[in-house]
Amino acid sequence: MRSDRGQSAPLGLKIAAGCGLLFLHLPILLIFVYAFTTEEKSFVWPPPGLTTQWFAVTWNRPDVWQALSLSVRVAAISTAIALILGTLCSAAVSRTKFFGRETISLLVILPIALPGIITGIALRSAFALADIPFSFWTIVLGHATFCVVVVYNNAVARFRRTSGSMIEASMDLGADGFQTFRHVVLPNIATALLAGGMLAFALSFDEVIVTTFTAGQQQTLPIWMLEELIRPRQRPVTNVVAMVVMLVTLLPILFAYYLTRDGDQIAGSGK
Amino acid sequence: MSLDATMPRASAPAILPGSGGMRGALSDLFWRRPQLLLLLMLLPPVLWLGIVYIGSLFALLAQSFFSIDEYSGLINRQFTLKTYGDLFQAANLDIILRTVTMAALVTLASAIVAFPIAYYAARYARGRWKALFYLGIMLPLWSSYLVKIYAWKLILAKEGILTWLLAKLHLLGLLDAWLSLPVVGGNSLSVSFTGTFIVFVYVWLPFMILPVQAALERVPGNLVEASSDLGASPGQTFRNVLFPLALPGIVAGSIFTFSLTLGDYIIPQIIGTSRLFIGQAVYSQQGTAGNIPLAAAFTVVPIIIMGFYLWGAKRIGAFDAL
Repeated sequence: MRSDRGQSAPLGLKIAAGCGLLFLHLPILLIFVYAFTTEEKSFVWPPPGLTTQWFAVTWNRPDVWQALSLSVRVAAISTAIALILGTLCSAAVSRTKFFGRETISLLVILPIALPGIITGIALRSAFALADIPFSFWTIVLGHATFCVVVVYNNAVARFRRTSGSMIEASMDLGADGFQTFRHVVLPNIATALLAGGMLAFALSFDEVIVTTFTAGQQQTLPIWMLEELIRPRQRPVTNVVAMVVMLVTLLPILFAYYLTRDGDQIAGSGK
Repeated sequence: MSLDATMPRASAPAILPGSGGMRGALSDLFWRRPQLLLLLMLLPPVLWLGIVYIGSLFALLAQSFFSIDEYSGLINRQFTLKTYGDLFQAANLDIILRTVTMAALVTLASAIVAFPIAYYAARYARGRWKALFYLGIMLPLWSSYLVKIYAWKLILAKEGILTWLLAKLHLLGLLDAWLSLPVVGGNSLSVSFTGTFIVFVYVWLPFMILPVQAALERVPGNLVEASSDLGASPGQTFRNVLFPLALPGIVAGSIFTFSLTLGDYIIPQIIGTSRLFIGQAVYSQQGTAGNIPLAAAFTVVPIIIMGFYLWGAKRIGAFDAL
């Protein structure tokens, strides 16, 4: 009798799983084809011809550049804030047991557990009540709030694997608290933080639901895309931007996966 | 000879002197009072989330008890339940019912599509294939939400790839027949409820696969073997062994698919009919209509539905599968 290991899956299951994966991936691949189409007015398939001229047209569009630059700045600052807050929070929660520990975890997860529209409208009405005008910083405020959880999840998973006795050993060998943090704790959690930061950046770069409520007149790249989706002006430019957005978000994800693939909890398994 | 190497160390004092200065004093203080360090670590994140986030949520909740003056359009800041009464108007109940039905259908469909992928990844994929499956689920999960919707607009458009494919297969009649149906049909798939439904299932599918896979990973393979050894058909094994064990994972995934569908306003706006969903109602009430109290009351609906949902999910142990 042979054992079950190495037994191959029933054909029906293979087909269903394969079709499922195709269903997940074909639409994304389609974006890469449409970026090269010569058709301007409609979404006709198959593309009548292929061209790279739209890349040049997009390159010369100041509104795309402005939106891209705003998105990158917002994502960078939100990620920095999320890194600080997420690391502090995960260190406190995983190193010690204290009253209200569960509440803190819930507090961190809540912004991503509730639908984005609730976070968005809550922030917007709070800005209105407090007479805060919309600005770069109101966008950052919203983004940092839901980015904390990504850094937190990654750092907590790493702290769980890091033995607390290493910190005691460092102290025993005469290092003070700051030296221990710099030479023992930080190297241990560095890749988890980098992965968390990458994911936070991707999350912020792509966010649209909360941003529509906190941005006022400014356009991040996803808001620019949304405008184009609702009122299309130049479809080929949208196609090219869609492809660029896809690449900008995919690369950090792949890198974050690469950084944490040996761990017990791989980065990004919850969004 | 190893003695030589250890000699200089032996002459060092057993207890090192403190590093001195501000830094040393602070370090010593934190060592003696770990509670203080804990407090300092928790203070920034708790202040941020507590003030910015929880504060905003309460501000929103408070505004749902205000009302709008129908003549002047100004917000009347006096406690009233009138706004909640407005929720029960036929048009608004219609929106709530439509959204909940859509969320339930989307959840059911994603569970059906997700199961084979999750089962294959958990039981049969090994080594390189396992990593490939993992990335195959992660990349669509994290790739841009708007671009995914845009891709479906390309696919579902009247002149798009789906129509082309069906024409090649000589099945266009089937599509036309479907589109001529009353509720689910429309001019083309991209302006019908069917289109909205497909895109919702597509966008939330990875959120269903991951918890189901996590639940199935914990099912020992020999349990399935034992079931067939005892004479169960594959169908019976699925119904009586696999499905009950996967159920907590399915419920955990359904929390995401259900909650995300309840709150989304972009997908039905871009691919769908002009009939509103809860998210769109919230958006238009706070935007063009300027009726923040009603918008706030509308957001309480998904919060309450999700509250009950989470309570039920917790009772059947779905949180262990997260």
